[in-house]
Amino acid sequence: MDFKQIKANLKKDFTGLKKVKVAILADSSTQYLAQAIRGIGYEKKLDIEIWEAEYDAIDLTISDASSELYAFKPDFTFVFLSSPKLQKKFYKNGYGSDFADDILKYYNKVAEVISSNIKTNFLVVNFPDKLDSVFGHYAGKVNGSFSYQVKKINIGLMDLAQSNAAISIIDLCGLQAMYGNAYATDTRLYISTDALFSLDFTIKVAENCVQVLEAYTGSSKKCLILDLDNTLWGGIIGDDGLENIQIGDLGVGKAFTEIQLWAKALKDRGVILAVCSKNDEINAKEPFDKHPDMVLHNDDIAVFVANWSNKHDNIRYIQSVLNIGLDSMVFIDDNAFERNMVRQFLPEVLVPELPEDPADYLPYLNSLNIFETNAYTEEDKDRTQLYKAEALRNDASRSYTSELEFLKSLDMISEVKPFDAFTIPRVAQLTQRSNQFNLRTVRYTEEDVKRITVDNNKYHTFSFTLADKYGNHGLIGVIILEKKDEQTLFVDTWIMSCRVLKRTMEQFMLNEIVQYASKHKFKQIEGEYIETRKNGMVRDHYKNLGFTTNDGRWILDVANYETKTCYITNA
Amino acid sequence: MNSNEILSECNKIFIDQLDNDAIVLKRETTANDVEEWDSLTHIQLVVAVEKQFKVRFTTAEIQGFKNVGEMCDTIEKKLSSK
Repeated sequence: MDFKQIKANLKKDFTGLKKVKVAILADSSTQYLAQAIRGIGYEKKLDIEIWEAEYDAIDLTISDASSELYAFKPDFTFVFLSSPKLQKKFYKNGYGSDFADDILKYYNKVAEVISSNIKTNFLVVNFPDKLDSVFGHYAGKVNGSFSYQVKKINIGLMDLAQSNAAISIIDLCGLQAMYGNAYATDTRLYISTDALFSLDFTIKVAENCVQVLEAYTGSSKKCLILDLDNTLWGGIIGDDGLENIQIGDLGVGKAFTEIQLWAKALKDRGVILAVCSKNDEINAKEPFDKHPDMVLHNDDIAVFVANWSNKHDNIRYIQSVLNIGLDSMVFIDDNAFERNMVRQFLPEVLVPELPEDPADYLPYLNSLNIFETNAYTEEDKDRTQLYKAEALRNDASRSYTSELEFLKSLDMISEVKPFDAFTIPRVAQLTQRSNQFNLRTVRYTEEDVKRITVDNNKYHTFSFTLADKYGNHGLIGVIILEKKDEQTLFVDTWIMSCRVLKRTMEQFMLNEIVQYASKHKFKQIEGEYIETRKNGMVRDHYKNLGFTTNDGRWILDVANYETKTCYITNA
Repeated sequence: MNSNEILSECNKIFIDQLDNDAIVLKRETTANDVEEWDSLTHIQLVVAVEKQFKVRFTTAEIQGFKNVGEMCDTIEKKLSSK
């Protein structure tokens, strides 16, 4: 991507793309960045509409209640203070050890003032590190040195992001470290136009910003599919044998160890790992069981496919077991032929190119920033276990003669309760990530969910967990009921994780909300299906549950409801 | 590379970067003569020219080019002192 392409993209037709509104508040010139963000957004099927505040007029903009910023109502607001201005402020005002606190207070104030006018998410850009030109190395010993204070601000911003769900960080410091200062900056551009970055680096920053926006607009990668030979270890297990594959200290093994460490860390964050390799299964699994230097073990892999079929067929199989979208899957393979085959047959799957040298694999993959996310919950850590249990259930279901018998045998239990502090992050995550079993696909941030949870006059919320004898699925269902009037409850949100499909969970959920409706004297429940590219599976959801239609609205009469059969017990 | 060749290379770069086949640069051409050439695209053009000729302008040079001819002269001077 270069600026020419970005300019060309700006002229293209954005109709039909997902709209995202972004405001930029900055004290440097951001026209190039703004153009780049919109142009790159086009590649990602986003229509990013950008409003830029007047140059270096953050305070003026936010303190004016009639400002265009507030009329614009951005989904996301970039707060981007520049490092040179920060430095100027520090030295000009004779600041010392109190600097970071003052600056952090300022960020807090900006967020507070804006939030009191509109609801928006904040993306705060942090500061690049630099050598201290005044104290030299001794800056580390001086609390009041500029470099100490900048690092303190960066940490403080992360603390802020952890305590305020509406604030997230754009890690400019990390980006600048990845690409290097010489590449990132162009002093001539800065002096002539007050833009901070070189044109090339502007594009890298914009790419990162767009990736973050993507993560928030519901398209994140959930599964990493790995080839084995020359991808997870050096050499070919079938030919070279267990002792001779390169991993750990042997040959270029260190490069592969690092890839495995990365995959493992992703798994612990909630990304599902799968293996897709052309190998005999017994050979392919041997290193996972026996090689002392392997970081990844059998337990880490949710679906392990080693055979001689086409990789695209195998990936389709993995997709069917996991029941997630192909566009949430990433496939890594050192072999260009395999990569191209998969790209051709499964264009939705992301298949990154790999550099020639395995030593460059990981740095290159890191630069792509594939696994952006907008949430992290305790449950994410166990996701691979959940899917492994699912594979066991699949096996078990084959041994029962009838589905009903199988469902009964599972001993399913669900805990039903309104959202609370523990479940709110997971609920927000579900509203943002669920695409298939999602009736209206309304995305909520944690802040939104909090607001809804406490608004008892208008809403009633339900979270559903599901556990069975094979394991715990965790929180897999969400319903938000809006009290439309004294008679009618409107189903604002109904989401269910696809991993509990065909368990009679929908029926159980409906029983629960009807029970609530009846107890509180509501006469009817009203549902709505809003079609998206991905939620075709629930097109007939309300019809199947016995709702009757009325101009696109689905109505269920509470008084005449007959409790649905299901095999789930309320905990 | 003589100054005519430099001018014609620059012309190609302008056409490419500004996505306009109709651009014909002369030594006297200024930003006022080319519709898409504004302060924003100026930087884009300068960076593309630098990459093509493998030269680097100073800040003063970037700010000071009065017309295309001056830019070409500067490029020629830098190339000959390489």
